[in-house]
Amino acid sequence: MIEKVLKGSPPFYIWLLSLGALVGLGATVYLFQLFLGLQVTGLSRDVSWGFYIAQFTYMVGVAASAVMLVLPTYFHHYKKFKKMIILGEFMAIGAVIVCMLFIVADMGQPQRVMNVILHPTPNSVMFWDMMVLSGYLVLNLLIGWVTLEAERHQVDPPKWIKPVIYLSIFWAFSIHTVTAFLYAGLPGRHYWLTAILAARFLASAFCSGPAILLLLCLLLRRLTGFDAGKEAIQTLTKIIAYAMGINIFFYLLEVFTAFYSGIPGHQHPFGALFGGGHGHPLWVTTWMWAAVVMAIVSFLLIAFPSTRDNNSILPFTLIMLVIASWIDKGLGMLIAGFTPNPFEGITVYAPSFAELTISLGIYAVGALVVSLLWKIALDVKKEAGTF
Amino acid sequence: MYNAKYIWPGIVIFIVLFSMPFWMNTGQEQYTRPQLALPAGEKECVEPAEWMRANHMQLLNTWRDMALREEQRVYVSSSGKQWEVSLQNTCMKCHSNYVEFCDKCHVSNSVSPYCWDCHVLPKGNQ
Amino acid sequence: MKKDRRQFLKVASLSFLGVAGSAALGPVCQAAAPGEGSFTTAKNALHAKKWGMVIDTRKFAENPELYNAVTTACHSYHNVPTIVENGMPSKREVKWIWTDGYHQTFTDQVDNYPSHEIEQRRYLMLCNHCENPACVRVCPTKATFRRKDGIVVMDYHRCIGCRYCMAGCPFGARSFNFMDPRDHIAQVNPTFPTRMRGVVEKCTFCSELLAVGKMPLCVEASDGAIAFGDLTDPESSVRKLLAENFTLRRKPTLGTEPSVYYIL
Repeated sequence: MIEKVLKGSPPFYIWLLSLGALVGLGATVYLFQLFLGLQVTGLSRDVSWGFYIAQFTYMVGVAASAVMLVLPTYFHHYKKFKKMIILGEFMAIGAVIVCMLFIVADMGQPQRVMNVILHPTPNSVMFWDMMVLSGYLVLNLLIGWVTLEAERHQVDPPKWIKPVIYLSIFWAFSIHTVTAFLYAGLPGRHYWLTAILAARFLASAFCSGPAILLLLCLLLRRLTGFDAGKEAIQTLTKIIAYAMGINIFFYLLEVFTAFYSGIPGHQHPFGALFGGGHGHPLWVTTWMWAAVVMAIVSFLLIAFPSTRDNNSILPFTLIMLVIASWIDKGLGMLIAGFTPNPFEGITVYAPSFAELTISLGIYAVGALVVSLLWKIALDVKKEAGTF
Repeated sequence: MYNAKYIWPGIVIFIVLFSMPFWMNTGQEQYTRPQLALPAGEKECVEPAEWMRANHMQLLNTWRDMALREEQRVYVSSSGKQWEVSLQNTCMKCHSNYVEFCDKCHVSNSVSPYCWDCHVLPKGNQ
Repeated sequence: MKKDRRQFLKVASLSFLGVAGSAALGPVCQAAAPGEGSFTTAKNALHAKKWGMVIDTRKFAENPELYNAVTTACHSYHNVPTIVENGMPSKREVKWIWTDGYHQTFTDQVDNYPSHEIEQRRYLMLCNHCENPACVRVCPTKATFRRKDGIVVMDYHRCIGCRYCMAGCPFGARSFNFMDPRDHIAQVNPTFPTRMRGVVEKCTFCSELLAVGKMPLCVEASDGAIAFGDLTDPESSVRKLLAENFTLRRKPTLGTEPSVYYIL
């Protein structure tokens, strides 16, 4: 099936080339980071994780969100998702690759990454995270490829793939749970030290991931004419609506616990995010309030059927939802974990130009992978008459 | 065969590139064992020189783990003599000429261990 | 060469001898072959079940020159870089032992009207060598680990620079080498290694000096203001000080069980 990528339209190759250019740019800047060290980032002694790890966390969610298509299809025999399920699985592959690249980009000694395997340490959540992410990549490659191959030959997928798919459903929940455990078990980081973090991560993933998938599907419809089906889109938007509702609810639970209990350590990170530090707003404060507004507006728009099923409003709703969840998880989550620092002081962190360029390069790798995989999937569908 | 006109040249190019180290080095001079600057005055190494030549990397790996991880900082050699387990304070004390000892062999064998990114060379080696 | 291999050889040679006593197996139980040497500790090495430290902040307040003496003794011996930005300590600085104010050190002591004198003092901070260290729990490669004597150390050879330990440590005791530290060391101590770019480092309770019978450098430089000894031994200097004085530990409610105590 791989040969499908060899026959494409000129715009497709221009798109690939532009992505390749971004990858090259990111790789070049990464070389500087490799030789100069992480001093090219905005990270510091007090804020020792930043943009890279935040993007990793966000993209684990996107990877896990494929389960929102897989679960209804295989547990509830919901047939309408059958047509687009491969897109979700292939997007998950791209997302996992992006996650792994962000982890490597964040490491001070990337050439020693195999130490995690050479000296396996089950008491470290990071060890488990590496295991579940690699496993999830293999599962999705296997499932995606086998089911697409079956679709190409217009036969049912082999029976043995069913249990693998069921496994992947549980696996998807595990990858984001383990990622939350990276944070939720650390003493002294109050913003992260919360039992609901894994649940919050999953809720945020299950609204933002499908929202990204749906946005890409809407784009695909304009570019290639591939239609996921009206009912499938409406069901997916309902899933997004529920997940977003739960996501906002969970966040408010955190706010309640912190402020009703009145425990200073639990309040300080919220104070820093939404109010700033030492009387001055931080740059992230503006972003957080923007996220609040976008979260509320997008939830209202997607909660009511009249605006949810309106095709001209939906893209804007989804974009706002994705940005809001990205600010929460891709910016606020990490900054608030390290603010205030262990000495109750505030060390300001902002990603540097190098950090942003490398991140852009990594996202471009993900986009490249998804573009190639989706091209294969759509061409197979055209051949098999399931386009 | 399908597309033989692409596949055959491809295979040839691959084989040529893959075997490059071999034919690039044909006609070059033979490998000669480099002459090393041995420590003056000191006769005995922690283990016999012949053994050290072949195994010093494993010994250093074990020394590292024993000193740092097992809290065992004294080495009793096969001859019964005791040594402080330390690259910097034992090995480099005698083998103080980095360029003419460590580097000489490492360079001619194309290995570049990064011991000295952290371990400090004796004075006069910078 | 490896410890387990040596043990295996010992057991194997003994059992073979017992069963056969054959001449062919003779060489196994002869004097050690090259590279089959053994490891031990120095005779004068200092040992404890659990090393601990008591810092008498009153003595430091009386003699403020000690702060600098202590930190310099540590940093210059251990080749800790001094990273400065615009004349101020960089936010990417590396430090093993340093001083800060009362509220920064004891963030849990939120007393509104603290004694003026105590609030004015500077307090030394260093790795707490916790009994239940979060940094060790989270490290994915065992690059940081707790020794049998309670000292939490780093294996810089193994560190992958993921900085999970820095997120885990609630005391801010760990520093990451954002750049090559050698560019920021004025005078390199040739008897101790530096670190390299991309690894995490911290205080070692001078485990390399304890191994040769010496006390930690900060203790030596403190003119008696820092005591160091075995926390499990009721007769040790540290336990006596703890029995006689009111002491605090940093963030005790987090359950990491710090081994560094402060007399206020």
